[in-house]
Amino acid sequence: MANFEELSQAVFDGDGEQVVEITKSLLGSGADPQEVISNGLIAGMERVGVLFKNNEMFVPEVLMSAGAMNTGVEVIKESRKNFDMPSSGKVVLATVKGDLHDIGKNLVGMMMESNGYTVYNLGVDIEPDKFVEAVKQYQPDIVAMSALLTTTMMEMKSTIDALVEAGVRDNVKVIIGGAPITQDFADQIGADGYAADAASAIDLCKGLVDGNARDALSA
Amino acid sequence: MDYKPVKTFNELAVKSLDDFIYGIAPYPVTAKNGMVIGGGAVYPEINMTLPPITVDESTMPEVRKQYAEMIEGILKRAKALHAPGIIVELELLPPTTIEPKWGIEINKILREKMYEYEEKYGLKSLLRCTPNDTREIMRPPLMRRGDLLESIFTTFEKCAEDGADILSIETTGGKEVHDEALVTCDIRKAIFALGVLGVRDMRFIWSKIVEIAEQTGSIAGGDTACGFANTALALAEQSMIPRVFAAVDRVATVPRTLAGFEVGAVGPDKDCGYEGPYMKAIAGVPISMEGKTAACAHLSSIGNVAACVCDMWSNESVQNIKLLSAPAPVVYTEQLIYDCRLMNEAAAEGRSYALKLRDWLADSDSRLDPQAYVLRPDIVLEISKELVKEKDAFIATKKAAALAVDVLKRGMAAGEVQVLPKEKKWLDIISSQIETIPDDWQEFWHEMQKELDLSKWRPEEYDLEVTAAKTASAG
Repeated sequence: MANFEELSQAVFDGDGEQVVEITKSLLGSGADPQEVISNGLIAGMERVGVLFKNNEMFVPEVLMSAGAMNTGVEVIKESRKNFDMPSSGKVVLATVKGDLHDIGKNLVGMMMESNGYTVYNLGVDIEPDKFVEAVKQYQPDIVAMSALLTTTMMEMKSTIDALVEAGVRDNVKVIIGGAPITQDFADQIGADGYAADAASAIDLCKGLVDGNARDALSA
Repeated sequence: MDYKPVKTFNELAVKSLDDFIYGIAPYPVTAKNGMVIGGGAVYPEINMTLPPITVDESTMPEVRKQYAEMIEGILKRAKALHAPGIIVELELLPPTTIEPKWGIEINKILREKMYEYEEKYGLKSLLRCTPNDTREIMRPPLMRRGDLLESIFTTFEKCAEDGADILSIETTGGKEVHDEALVTCDIRKAIFALGVLGVRDMRFIWSKIVEIAEQTGSIAGGDTACGFANTALALAEQSMIPRVFAAVDRVATVPRTLAGFEVGAVGPDKDCGYEGPYMKAIAGVPISMEGKTAACAHLSSIGNVAACVCDMWSNESVQNIKLLSAPAPVVYTEQLIYDCRLMNEAAAEGRSYALKLRDWLADSDSRLDPQAYVLRPDIVLEISKELVKEKDAFIATKKAAALAVDVLKRGMAAGEVQVLPKEKKWLDIISSQIETIPDDWQEFWHEMQKELDLSKWRPEEYDLEVTAAKTASAG
């Protein structure tokens, strides 16, 4: 009989066919869908996350594992009509006004999705007002901004100012990244966090979203 | 409209490894002031950018002040160090390209000061004007029409009229597809992006730039696969993708960047195009390169090998911040001048000394990284020799990638290049992907229509007709 360890390994290997087969087998033998997700699918991705962070796995390999995990999630959704896939959190992601750099921001988005976040990727050259609109529309946990130019990094502050002015700043955590960005700069402009790369962006999000949850419980 | 090549390169311009050397190009370029690039000496090419500042109407006085300060410092240092000449690159930002009047103004500030130093002190200099390829602001981009494109051409034209000597740009045609190819390490998509989309866009935009250069008496320099293979280089440097993929992708950019020379560009090719040595080998044009002295802008594993056959040596870009000795652009001017001085001194002793230095530059990097290995002068000539046999740019792109894989496999087997154990399987993966690509580009395009998200780019902007969708709707 299939077990969680095998499912985790199939996710790790990026083997979608195996994931489908094992997930079906587990569900057929009465396993709880939530446990299939936690102990099989997510457990596999957590192993992937550790290796990626240690530079032992490449992005395409991570994406293959994420794709395999998603096939398993689809199997669960099909078999349990009212099953609601838990999200790690919602993120609004974009490159700031005047900046056209895309790929680093997209990589962060892919890694976030691979880790169970719901990502609203607004694109590049995004005006502060568009961030505000997106925050109102999607009610994210996190706003993630990217800038690669010394001449656009100040737009991060303009965006934070716009969030404050619109009265939604306290509803979200703001994180920033990009070549010219530093923790000092994040502190100066009032961002909640800075990540140097995609892997640490995930850790940062986890910390901030978990922190939010703790704040909510203690309130 | 089909923008056809006006030149084809059926044989190598560089005839032997001993003729493949820094400072000397088969077809040197002479500027209005008599400076010759590729005529025997390597010149420094300095590029600079602004410190953190938003560029808009209200900050333009400060922007002007910054550029004035930077160019004064750069020229003063070049004069103090007896530079035989210097090239200054003005790489415009999105706002200073979208508002051509701002870019034109900055161009003037630099050029006037450069004229002044030439007149007063005899310091010869050239200005390279590089507008930003702002077409990608719009998603999906309009590649062949619209205000953004018009602003790019206006900037080129007016800056050239005001004395910009060399025209260059980092074009992005095909990047819409190539970005995805990189993160998924899908060489099929990369070859489509470069060999079909990139080549078509290069032919279009460079035909126009060559026209502007002819009308204004400026030099149509050349392009760079910066948005493509340099993105791969940066991702590989962060361990996001395998270095072998970045190396193969680099070689696959050759036909795309060469397309600029096929429609009339003459060099010097742009600094961040690490595929430059292939341009020099095939088209014989002088090239600008960057390596260790561009660590201010990005890290790489090709800091020395990049210099082997350069005709200009660049720092890529550095922001105007104060270091202990001087503002960063001044510091980098000094470093570039010393780098060039050493190369020129070795060459002055005789060809054998220049070749020895070239080989040291190559050998010190090429064993350690596959991206460096494919830039080794002998490897460049070996691959280029095969590429000139191909008439079709798409086939040449496919062939370039396949040759890069073969060369890397051979180099690994011979112990000439180190490849990390976790990367070794990727050469086989890339090989097997290449084998699935048909030789007929139309067949390939038909296949790719099913694999690509056509909402992210506009096939019509590349003169491509969507046949698969028609077939489906007809069915």
